[in-house]
Amino acid sequence: MNEFFLIKYGPEIITNALDHLILVVVSIGIATLIGIPLGILITRQKNLRQPVLGFANILQTIPSLAMFGLLIPVPVIGGIGKVPAIVALTLYSLLPIIRNTYTGITGVNPAIRESGRGMGMTDKELLLQVEMPMAMPVILAGVRVATVIAIGIATIAAAIGAGGLGIFIFRGISTVNDQLILAGAVPAAAIALVADLAIGALEKKLQVGKR
Amino acid sequence: MSKDNQIAVKFRDVTLVRGGRPLVSNLSFDIRKGEALVLLGRSGSGKTTTMKLINHLFVPSEGEVLFDGVSTTEWNEIKLRRKIGYVIQETGLFPHFTVEKNVGLVPALEKWDSQKIRNRVFELLQLVSLDPTQFAHRYPHELSGGQRQRVGVARALAADPPVMLMDEPFGALDPITRLELQQEFRRLQEELGKTVVFVTHDIQEAFVLASRIGLMYDGQLVFLGTPEEFKTSEHPEARAFLECIEFAL
Repeated sequence: MNEFFLIKYGPEIITNALDHLILVVVSIGIATLIGIPLGILITRQKNLRQPVLGFANILQTIPSLAMFGLLIPVPVIGGIGKVPAIVALTLYSLLPIIRNTYTGITGVNPAIRESGRGMGMTDKELLLQVEMPMAMPVILAGVRVATVIAIGIATIAAAIGAGGLGIFIFRGISTVNDQLILAGAVPAAAIALVADLAIGALEKKLQVGKR
Repeated sequence: MSKDNQIAVKFRDVTLVRGGRPLVSNLSFDIRKGEALVLLGRSGSGKTTTMKLINHLFVPSEGEVLFDGVSTTEWNEIKLRRKIGYVIQETGLFPHFTVEKNVGLVPALEKWDSQKIRNRVFELLQLVSLDPTQFAHRYPHELSGGQRQRVGVARALAADPPVMLMDEPFGALDPITRLELQQEFRRLQEELGKTVVFVTHDIQEAFVLASRIGLMYDGQLVFLGTPEEFKTSEHPEARAFLECIEFAL
């Protein structure tokens, strides 16, 4: 019979890959909804910049297996399964999104910001019509980095029963079966590559019309 | 009373201190309606600062700036700025907006309806000698430096503000294009009767544009008068500027 892993585990790969994608898409979605407003906030309230970026930075340094473990005893958002996995992935994704939102907005040419203010734009108008559109490629680059990282870390979420491609990897490790490990690792890498290229293309598209 | 009606902006003993150092001090002068006042000075002489005090980008530490007889601190700053056109060097246009959106910016902020904005934009582009059908849909990076400055002027004129502030708008242009735009702008300013405050370090530009020249030196206004009067001024800074053109010839 055919022993090639992609064929042997084909149907299972598809179910697990879908689970994997759901984990990533939901957490990146939540992280974006939290991270972009936070990034904007710290461009307006400079004294919040250090604490917010510092906190997101610390989250990033927690080893992923430890993060999943730490969430197990936590009520509501913790335990095992998909919910704590999404919480952990969201926390990991915050830093690149917050940081790039902040960098993107503060990187807007001061002369452009000033000419907007000088013509009587309110802070909200300046943010929505000038700063956000101009910062968008940088913000998207943050989302892109966060996504690629989350796709990798999501494989470890299988350790707390969240499903995903990590199932193959953990099973493969415990049974010393490299075909199983590959059945998890190769599709995960492929998804990361595709996501990277797709968001990269979107970034390029938003660059059009400006320099 | 009738005399006050002729004054667009009044500086009353204005000092601005930043970081413990005065950027401008004891400025007292009037800007008359319909005049083109050129603030001339070296880099760091306080001319741009003086200009930004008018549209409340800077707030006086002492004294007050009156716009239409009301102190800029009492104005709603958004309303005040929309009554004042603002043009700065090249970078002022929004790179992600088309020419049409750039020029229509203030009318759009003022919530004019879109057909009215469109008509106004086309009218303004024609006024600055740009063919609307050819330029309306371009982005700033698709224009030459001179064309960009024309768009900048059109944008500042969009909501028909009585006063325009211009901070070295033609500074980055080649000398031929610059003279062309200066002369055209002079004609436009006289035709429309706008009050213009123009900041430059270029003495030649001052002579082309000014109905009056204000010479700034070390945060002070050391001379204010017509170009003719400027030529005979005894102030050492005025002499130094005049020598620049004499030397060039």
